[in-house]
Parts: sequence; structure tokens; C-alpha cells
Amino acid sequence: MSIKDYGLLINYDFCTGCHTCEIACKKEHDLPEGQWGIRVLQDGPREKEDGTWEYTYMPLPTTLCDLCEERVEEGRLPTCVHHCQARVMQFDTYDELAKQLPNMPRTVIYAVK
Amino acid sequence: MAFKENPDLYRKDWRWQEGDLTVTRTCHWSAPGCHDSCGVLLYTDKDDNLVKIEGDPNQTYNNGTLCMRCLNMLEAVNHPERLKYPMKRAGERGEDKWERISWEEALDIIEENVRRIQKEYGPESIVGMMGTGRNCNWAVPLITYAGFGSPNFALGFLSGDSCMLPRAAISAAVMGDLPIIDAAQFWPERYDHEGWKRPDYIFMVGNNPLKSNGDGFLGHWIVEMMKMGTKLIVSDPQLTWLAAKAEVWLQGRPGTDGALALAMIHVIIEEDLYDHEFVEKWTYGFDQLTECVKEWTPEKAEEITWIPADKIRKAARLFASGDPSSLQWGVAVDMNVGGIPQAHAWIAMNAICGNIEKPGGNLIARDAYGMVLSYPYGYDKYIPPEMQAKRIGLDFSPLHRFAAGAATAHGDSILQCIETDKPYPIKMIWFQSTNPIANMAGEAPRVYDAINKMDFVVVVDVFKTPTAVAFADLVLPAAMSCERNSIRGWWTPTRAITKVTSYYEAKSDEDIVVAVCSRLNPENFKPRTDIELLEEAVENGIDNPPFTYAELTKMVDSWPERPYAMHEKGLLRSDGEPGFNTPTGKIELYSLVLEALGDPALPYYEEPRESPISTPDLYEEYPLVLTTGHRSYEFFHSEHRQQPTMREFHPWPLVEMHPDTAKKYGVKDGDWVWIENTRGRCRQVVHETPTMDPRVLNAEHGWWFPEQDAAEPSLFGVFDSNINNLTNQCVTGATGYGAPYKSQLCKIYKCTEENSEVMPGKQVTELGGFKYDRIQYTDDAVHDNTNEEMLEGRKYVY
Ligand code: SF4
Ligand code: SF4
Ligand code: SF4
Repeated sequence: MSIKDYGLLINYDFCTGCHTCEIACKKEHDLPEGQWGIRVLQDGPREKEDGTWEYTYMPLPTTLCDLCEERVEEGRLPTCVHHCQARVMQFDTYDELAKQLPNMPRTVIYAVK
Repeated sequence: MAFKENPDLYRKDWRWQEGDLTVTRTCHWSAPGCHDSCGVLLYTDKDDNLVKIEGDPNQTYNNGTLCMRCLNMLEAVNHPERLKYPMKRAGERGEDKWERISWEEALDIIEENVRRIQKEYGPESIVGMMGTGRNCNWAVPLITYAGFGSPNFALGFLSGDSCMLPRAAISAAVMGDLPIIDAAQFWPERYDHEGWKRPDYIFMVGNNPLKSNGDGFLGHWIVEMMKMGTKLIVSDPQLTWLAAKAEVWLQGRPGTDGALALAMIHVIIEEDLYDHEFVEKWTYGFDQLTECVKEWTPEKAEEITWIPADKIRKAARLFASGDPSSLQWGVAVDMNVGGIPQAHAWIAMNAICGNIEKPGGNLIARDAYGMVLSYPYGYDKYIPPEMQAKRIGLDFSPLHRFAAGAATAHGDSILQCIETDKPYPIKMIWFQSTNPIANMAGEAPRVYDAINKMDFVVVVDVFKTPTAVAFADLVLPAAMSCERNSIRGWWTPTRAITKVTSYYEAKSDEDIVVAVCSRLNPENFKPRTDIELLEEAVENGIDNPPFTYAELTKMVDSWPERPYAMHEKGLLRSDGEPGFNTPTGKIELYSLVLEALGDPALPYYEEPRESPISTPDLYEEYPLVLTTGHRSYEFFHSEHRQQPTMREFHPWPLVEMHPDTAKKYGVKDGDWVWIENTRGRCRQVVHETPTMDPRVLNAEHGWWFPEQDAAEPSLFGVFDSNINNLTNQCVTGATGYGAPYKSQLCKIYKCTEENSEVMPGKQVTELGGFKYDRIQYTDDAVHDNTNEEMLEGRKYVY
């Protein structure tokens, strides 16, 4: 199998915006100030017409993301997945990841490589 | 083929070799710090340098996850500005001139000063202080008790002792123990534990657990339960991410949660939504409670709290409908003058809904195996009763004897004692892992003046802090978590903290205890190494820990058995009878202990002393309600400011306000503004956000700027952005607990060159501070109705 067979699943419904993925990636890849392998984007907070709130974080792997290829080869999860505090990130083959989608609303699968 | 982790890389051993690296499986607990102790894998090279850290996936406490602060650990551990050697002051206080000395010389200086002060003034004239929830919870008390022979251990001038201590004290008084939310954290199999179920509703008040992780509770456990279907009810003056996800968000006026609590109880009783069986069997004083909440209609509470009455009703109905619901309360409960009665009200609400000791409700939390490694450690052994009687503030606040594992001398009374030399003078302060003028000391400029009166000041820390530069005669370098052998005993599991590296001459808190106490009290204090101290701590565990410290290191953690419904099984009281550890054996909605102490026995609401309601004239001049102390992911209180990566995420202190507020005062995102009230001012950077009520400001605490000048008047800019230039001392609840950190009044105006000529640092250190009358407790505030029998008759199971 090659790294191209793997994707990154994020159940952004429960992403808390805790920055763990961002800093884990930065440290693993020794990225300098201002550079990121993943960025946590934010929509809201915005009050909707029914009085409830839109407040969503969406982590976005950048072009520097290499899916932690070295770690994966050693048999480790990508560091963002390993450390994600809300445990909303998964790393696996597309087949395995796709199986979860029917029970996991507000989820994306990124094809990175 | 599905991805499989290589199990060789994540073993359950305590230590293994991975190529050139040694992997040690252990736990982290300050410094640098938070209240938690997550499982970590520490990777060291052949020279014992820490080269990598990962979360331990086999530690079910955190399941391999880590927050920003542990992930940035290498930047902390290898920081060039860390304290490396003991130093003594070479110039005047505040000049930042130092001379490197040896540990032996440092101990000589300590011994000489301690003996002199003990002889001239008595041991009680020495005070030991620490910050919140660090892994020196027992080290600093032990140095104070066994080393100095003084009963005066306290937090670093935290007014009203308002961080967990009020909740701990009232919980001990009315239900015998502290209740915490059941996230299945008491069992290694966690959510698979037999009988555990997720709560239907979690009611959150006074904290954002995702960022604060307070009191041994990892906030993201809430998210795990949300995924399983738990719904939220959130009381918070700001819309947090959790509040946005809640069924009901109660956006109240800061400082008024006490009124909310009484109104919710009103609804629950009036609409007959309470658990009759539990009330009947396990509570005392339901009729009196019913009577006392009668007037507290949601409409009345709306006037006070600004929360619409229908939302209060909805919140109460949802909470009462849960089977079970659970209560996640936080430090904002403590941080107002009505902290004690408010906490009493939340306990009452939770009790009448029958959530106590139920799966997924709130469980009584005790330190595993009765190893209480916290504030009382060594108190009875080293401090004789005549000396205990001199503990500062006990006459003023008899409830301070009830805080069980969290009992301390009374912070505000220590300050007043320093200022007045009554009942006796204070001559020396030992600060370990606390940086009060940057962080926890309310009315920081006043505390600056007080500490400067000391004959002798020692600061033990990992960095040279503003507190060290301003006052220290002696600075001692402390080790970080990976550089120490220690134990995490707070709640469950008991965890080993294992030393894997060292840093110049930094010593662990345990080594410092041994060095200081065996020098000052060699006959009575026996341990001579950190390991002997830790073995003794294990032996002192009341419930016979099934390990030695050496064994624990290899086990990594140990989980005691913990059944549900402990009160039914006779596991809470020293007499072995069923019931809670209170005079009646029940949860006291009407508290006999408070009654005996001369305090109101029922919950009540106390309006902040400065507020739109209590001081309308002042409110005209200072038209914004100010709250402070909320957390961020990057920092733990005043720590982490010297780490470049943390400052990349969070460069400046932010004051959050609604866009309408910013517009009204002619400021915008990114502007520096002065925040000012009658006591002083500080400046922070505007952050506009619709999450705030336009009448409320939310300012950050704990800021200093390690990149700025150390020497006075700057002191790393510690006073310039210090929100504690605006807070109080000696304005507390009648019990001495609870201070209004979270509810002040203020005004704002944009910073200009003209109005910034005299910065707060200069004002405080050179111009005698801001000019106003400092509030003092009066003599008639002292309680005279102390029921000695009630106080002495109380027995703790621990
Ligand atoms: S997979 Fe690795 S490289 Fe990609 S974002 Fe996650 S941590 Fe960064
Ligand atoms: S670590 Fe997880 S929860 Fe935190 S920001 Fe990243 S994806 Fe979201
Ligand atoms: S909560 Fe964060 S800082 Fe505290 S031990 Fe866990 S990962 Fe480390």
C-alpha cells in the first residue's frame, strides 16, 4: 500500500478548535513561525434566524501536509490524529473511512496525497 | 487493508528502547502546569536529553490525546531563559542584579533567616505560598509545616481563596465530600465500565472545561459524552463553542449565577420535578429550602441576571428531566462574594434531582487510596495544636477548618496581617510555583506594597518571573515534570511521575522539600531523598495503597475499586454507617454546620458589591460590567508567555467586547484600550466578538511579557496589562470565601500617546500606586459564634 491509499477523516461537528492538530503538526515537522501543515478555519459564531448558533471549526490540511508519511511507515498514526483532543480525526484507507459516513453527519474525508 | 498501529511502538511497559531512544511511559504534572496529569511517552537520547513527547494511547485518562501545552513541551524544557542555578540578590529589590550561588549557600541563607525570624517573632511569622493546582500541592505545605514550623500555608494572595476552595469547603460542610461529574474517569476501562451511562444533560456553570480542564477533569471528556448523545445546558456570559452546541444557553450578568440557581430550584420544586425518594431518604431541610426559594420566581431572577425567565424555566425543566443529569461547575462559582451560598444552591439543586452517586451523575471524589497529597499534608504531624490555633484567619473564617483536603490559612487575612502587624507581624514569604503579582493576587498593586514589607523573600520557580525580580532575596530553580520523581494522587488513578532528564542545577519540588526540611528540622523530618519522601507518602495512604513507590513507577498507574452509591454502602463515614459524612448523614440543604458557625444555613443570593444594581451611581461613571479570568488553550494562568509558539498563536492580552460596544467607545479590533475603574487601570487589545453581551467586557488575566525589561519600573510589563489593577482584596463573602474577580465595573478608552505617558508599571513601582482607599476588614467582621464542639467533632474518613 502507498500513502496515496490513505485519507484523513474529520468529524467537524465535534471539532472544538483546540489547536492541538496545528501545533502537533508544527512540532513534528519542525515548521517555522507562520507555517502550518494544517489550519483550523472557523465559521461563525453567528446567530441563526431560529435563535441557535452556527459555530464551526474546520481543520484544513495545507500543501505542507505529507500525511505524516514517515510516521505512517513506522506504524504510527499521523500526529494530528494521534493527539486530537476531541478524537474527531481518523487516518485509514478510503474504504474504511467511507464505511463510517452514514453514521457520522458533518464529516469530511480529505484526499491529501 | 485497514491501517494498523505497530504495537511495539506503544507498549504497556513502563520503559523500553526504540533504536537509540529510550521511551518512558509516565504522566505529566507541572511544571509547566495545569490541573491534570495526562499519560505521556517521553523519548530521551543516550545523553538523557528529552527529544520528543507523545500522548500515551494506553493511558485511558487521556487516550493518547494531548493539549497544546504538552505538545510544546520541548520548547518549555529547553528554553534558554530557564532558571539554572540558585541566585541571591546582588542589587536592590527590583534591580534584577543577581549573584550565582550554590545550593549549600542558599540553604545557609534560608537557615539563617528562618532561625532568626522564628526566634524573634515566632514560626507563625513565616508564610508559604503556591499557585493553583500545581504538583507542589503537598510540597509547599510540607516545607511550611515541617520546615518552618508555621501553620500559615496559603495560595498566592488569591482573594477569598476563590479557586475551588469555597466549593470544597461548602461541599465538605453540607455533604461531606466534593462531587464531580462522572465521565467514567474512575475506572481504567472508562466508558465501557459496567453500569456507567452517559448523562442525559450536563449543566455547565462558571467554566469552559475545554480550556480550563479544572480540578482533575479533562474538559474534552464532555465532547466524548456529547458524541454519545449527552445534551448541554450552559450558563456563561460569553457564547463558548459548548454554549453554541447547548439546548439552552443562559447568558447572564457576571456574578449573578446565585440568583439563577435559586430560580432553577424554585421551578424544580414548584413544578414537582424533583426526585422524591432521594429527597426523602438522603437530604435534610427540604421544607426550609422550599420556603427559601418561594420568592425566587424566574421573573425575579430575570431582573437580576438578565436571563429571560422562559430560558430559566427551560433550563430547570431539562436538567430535572435527565436520568441522570450532572453538574459541571467551575471557578466562577467561587469568584464572587456569594460563592459559598451559590455553591450550596447548586449542590441542593443537584441533590433534589437525585443525581448524586448515580452512574453518569455526580460522584464523590476522593484521592485514590486515601493518599491526600495536598494542603493538609503534614499539618497535624508537624504543627502542634497551640500553633494550629495561630493559623491566620480562622477566627474570621471558621469555615476554613472545613475545607478538608483544601484547608489553608485565609489569604485576605494574611494581607491585612502584613499591613497592620495584627495579630502578629509577618516577616518572611516563601513563594513556590506562584507568581502572584502577575496572576492570582487581586488588587495586585496593593499586594506589591505588602510583599515589599518582608524581611526575607524566597521565590522557587522555573523562570525568572516578575515576582522573583520584584521581591526575591533568593531565587531557586525548580525542575519541570520530566525532571522529577513524583506522584499524582489527586483523584484517580494514582499515577507515577518518573524522572527522565535533568536541567543544570534545577531541583524537583520533592528534592527541595527534603533539602529544606532536613536542614531546618532534622530530628522530626526523616526522609533524606526524594524517593524516601515518596515512599513515606505512599505509606501514609489511609486505604493501604497496594504498591510501593518503586512498584508504582513500573505500574505507571493504579486504579482503586470504586462502586456506585457509596452512601448506601456505608463507605463514606468513619463510623461505617450508611449516609454522607455530615452531622445528619444526609446532604444538608439546610446546613447544621453553617448554622453552628453563625452563617446562614440556607442558600441565598448576594449581589456583587459593585454592580448596576448595588452601586447605580458608580455604574454611571463605569458603565461596563467587567469579567476576567477565562482561559485560553495556549496558557495556564501566567505560564507559557515565554514560549514563541504559544505567542505565535496568542501574541497579546485580549479584551473581548461586542462590536456595538467597540463602536460606542470608538475602538476597533486590534486597538489597545485602557480598562479603568476606581482602583486602577491596565491596557489590553480589543477583540470584537458577537459572543459577548454589549454591556459586558471580558478581559484576560495572567499577562506579563518576558521579552520586556526585567528591572523596575517594567517588571516584564507585569502591571501594564494586569487586570488585577482593578480587582479587590478584603471584599469577600461573610465566610471569608469568595471574592468578586468576575464581577467588577469599569470603563474603557482608547490608548493614546498622551494618556499612556505614565504606564501602570511606573505608577505602581515608582509613584506609590494608584490613589484610592484600600478596603480593610473591620473587627466586627470576626465571627464570635464558633461552636467548638461542632468543629472538633468532625471526623474525616481520609
Ligand atoms: S497528517 Fe501529519 S502532516 Fe498532515 S496535517 Fe496531520 S500532522 Fe500535519
Ligand atoms: S485537534 Fe481535533 S478538536 Fe482540536 S482543532 Fe484539531 S481537529 Fe479540532
Ligand atoms: S491537560 Fe494539557 S498540559 Fe495538562 S497534562 Fe494534559 S496535555 Fe498536559
